[in-house]
Amino acid sequence: MKHAYARAQAISQIVLACLLLLLPGITAFAGAAGQVAEDSADPAHGDAFIDSSIGDASTLIPILASDSASHSVAGLIYNGLVKYDKDLNLIGDLAESWEILDKGLTIRFHLRKNVFWHDGQPFTSRDVLFTYRIMCDPKTPTAYADPFLQVKDARALDDFTFQVHYEKPFAPALESWGLSVLPEHLLKGKDIVKSPLSRHPVGTGPYIFQSWESGAKITLQANPRYFEGRPCIDRYVYRVIPDSATMFLELKSGTIDRMGLTPMQYTRQTDTPYFRQYFKKYCYLSFSYTYLGYNLKNPLFKDSRVRQAISCAIDKQELIDVVHMGLGQIATGPYKPGTWVYNPEVKKYPFNHHQARELLSKAGWEDHDGDGVIDRDGTPFQFTILTNIGNNERAKCAEIIQYRLAQVGIRVKIRIIEWASFINQFINQRRFEAVILGWTIPQDPDLYDIWYSGKTKPEELNFISYSNAEVDGLLIKARNTFDQNERRKYYFRIQEILAEEQPCTFLYVPDALPVISSRFHGIEPAPIGIDYNFIKWYVPKREQKYVP
Amino acid sequence: MLHYLFKRIMAMIPMLIGITMISFAIIHIAPGSPADLLIQMNPKASPDAKARLRAYYGLDKPLPVQYYYWLKRIAVLDFGFSFSPDGRKVADKIFERMPVTVTLNVLSLLLIMAVALPLGILSSMYQHSFLDKCSTVFVFLGFAWPSFWLALLLMMLFGVKLGWLPISGLTSLNHDTLSLLGMAADYARHLLLPVLVSAFGGLAGMSRYVRSSMLEVIRQDYIITARAKGLEERSIIYRHALRNALLPIITLLGLSVPGLIGGSVIFETIFSIPGMGQLFWASAMSRDYPLIMGMLVIGSGLTLMGNLIADLSYALADPRIRVK
Repeated sequence: MKHAYARAQAISQIVLACLLLLLPGITAFAGAAGQVAEDSADPAHGDAFIDSSIGDASTLIPILASDSASHSVAGLIYNGLVKYDKDLNLIGDLAESWEILDKGLTIRFHLRKNVFWHDGQPFTSRDVLFTYRIMCDPKTPTAYADPFLQVKDARALDDFTFQVHYEKPFAPALESWGLSVLPEHLLKGKDIVKSPLSRHPVGTGPYIFQSWESGAKITLQANPRYFEGRPCIDRYVYRVIPDSATMFLELKSGTIDRMGLTPMQYTRQTDTPYFRQYFKKYCYLSFSYTYLGYNLKNPLFKDSRVRQAISCAIDKQELIDVVHMGLGQIATGPYKPGTWVYNPEVKKYPFNHHQARELLSKAGWEDHDGDGVIDRDGTPFQFTILTNIGNNERAKCAEIIQYRLAQVGIRVKIRIIEWASFINQFINQRRFEAVILGWTIPQDPDLYDIWYSGKTKPEELNFISYSNAEVDGLLIKARNTFDQNERRKYYFRIQEILAEEQPCTFLYVPDALPVISSRFHGIEPAPIGIDYNFIKWYVPKREQKYVP
Repeated sequence: MLHYLFKRIMAMIPMLIGITMISFAIIHIAPGSPADLLIQMNPKASPDAKARLRAYYGLDKPLPVQYYYWLKRIAVLDFGFSFSPDGRKVADKIFERMPVTVTLNVLSLLLIMAVALPLGILSSMYQHSFLDKCSTVFVFLGFAWPSFWLALLLMMLFGVKLGWLPISGLTSLNHDTLSLLGMAADYARHLLLPVLVSAFGGLAGMSRYVRSSMLEVIRQDYIITARAKGLEERSIIYRHALRNALLPIITLLGLSVPGLIGGSVIFETIFSIPGMGQLFWASAMSRDYPLIMGMLVIGSGLTLMGNLIADLSYALADPRIRVK
């Protein structure tokens, strides 16, 4: 009996696994607390915020973690030198300001004074230098070392000035200093992997670690000495509820204050007077997109007209309407609509079967033998779409695409594979024709690893084997430029080329659908999401629920 | 008897080594390694970082060498450190989870016994009666009813609609501030639904076993003799029939030992119980080799022990086996 639904459970767990693997970039910053807003009225202190997650954190030393759970908790405990503000501009966090010298070769950070670690020790530039050294140490098992290996020289000029020097100008460098700074005095000379800090972190952030019951909950306490002011909510509890149906019941009974809704829950299950009274739903574009990627080494997809034809044959709005209940936006490229780097004026491929057939016949694909499948030189046009188990949205997209492509005479098969073997046996070995997958949209637009033609070796991320000399040149120029206007020009051009060539069909950017108990005030959705000003959220005195 | 015990224990050692060898091989053959899963599809991770992680975990060495090192450590009961980013001791991770799972499973087993025994006996005494048929339907309903669904329905009723019981987890938020009695009550409230639901699913096996074993015994000659002697029905059933009918149950209990510590992923997931099932599932998904192997060794060790104890108690209870 248990086996029958072990599978159902397996699926929901893998969704988790895949989310964790695909989204680490986002929450590293989204969780970090925001800046002080002067105008917030009635900042009552007290109460607790009960957050929920399907997975437990793995370690609270963020440089060692690659799951979003760890990053979202650690984001409240640590600070970086810089962070993104609500409009996605980099602003100072532990750094009060910075200077970019020598045409971008050197960055000098001026650090905040009077910042203290949770154990009372003062924070200085030595902590930053130490964190940098840990990142570069080959013994540190971190996945984020790359930008720090580009640093030629790093030094602490005095207690509150930290300077890094690069071989060549490297624009993503600035963002990389959003990395959580670790306390030197607790880690120096110790093996970071076995450090007690992974279970009992000490940071500089708005919340102080209190307790962690493995697999159940993590409790944090407001930091009264936080340099941006004491957070209004006294206690933050991170509850692990692995099953999303259970989580929804917990939400309904009022025992958790936030969860991420599925599109179905958002549109159908939460539209009741009870819900409207006690909860507030939010809906904004998430930092990720779903795409249909082609193996460009496969002769089927060598001709860009074929890829354009497939893009025309797929009704992207239909995918959003059916799979995401209309909650999302059509993707036209690898960036999030509305951000500074997004180019809205690229070539688009509206749903048009006629045009799709025309493009295909120009490329030589027509139904010569009358079997309903187009062919060229006697070979029918058929391919397999691969995607991973556990992501229901992707499987549904595959089915709708299969149906739409059949209408223009392309025969599609679908195979759904467990994540680990999907990556190892198929993606890394390039044994696929087409895949449906998603990418995180990082805040810094540098996508060198995904689109650069030299990044096609096994295990590298340009697994669709995209190669375009102009894009290569633009990617390098853009990452060596600090000026945002100039960078934007390069990225706009890259988006034009990608839209023209359709190395993959960009499908959609889904919406993030958090729901939060309505007793919390001060939540202001912004381009970066809602978490940026978490320390300013508050519950008016009379509505407070958890009073000691 | 001692000789028998010695022989059995000696026979367990090659069996345990065989189990570890097979599980070690299977887990390492499964596609993906912990290093891959940590950083795959992460735009910020490079193949260099991956090679570093692999070397760090010792995964760059040939498989037999890895097995040899692992076996050497296991021989002195050192389960090593988890590959997950927290790098904690495997033994710590396992023993932190075990009490919850064992408590839950023991409670549910006790409940099963408490219900299944009388149910089985009654059904066999009144075979083919209305009561027998009702109980059959009832226990098979429990067996067939997906427990995750039943769990959700009960949570909806008692947690959301009536608000009598907590929905999931083991403790309330204010647990630490409660008195000792309050804490116990808090645990009890949280455990009530999980124990009920898991026992409901397990009723069928045990009660049917008791029933059929009773039916078999009741047909024996000595029961007829007892009846012929004019013994009271009560005494026939409880003194003569039941005692003998319970013998196979000993084996059944012995076999349930690994289940007691194993836990169920589905069950623990639906009730958000941080037990062994979830730990095993997570470790398998992240290819946390030391943790998987640690749990398998402990699990298989306990299974072998359970079998041994069952056989021994069987021998103690049944003279026919002892004589052999």
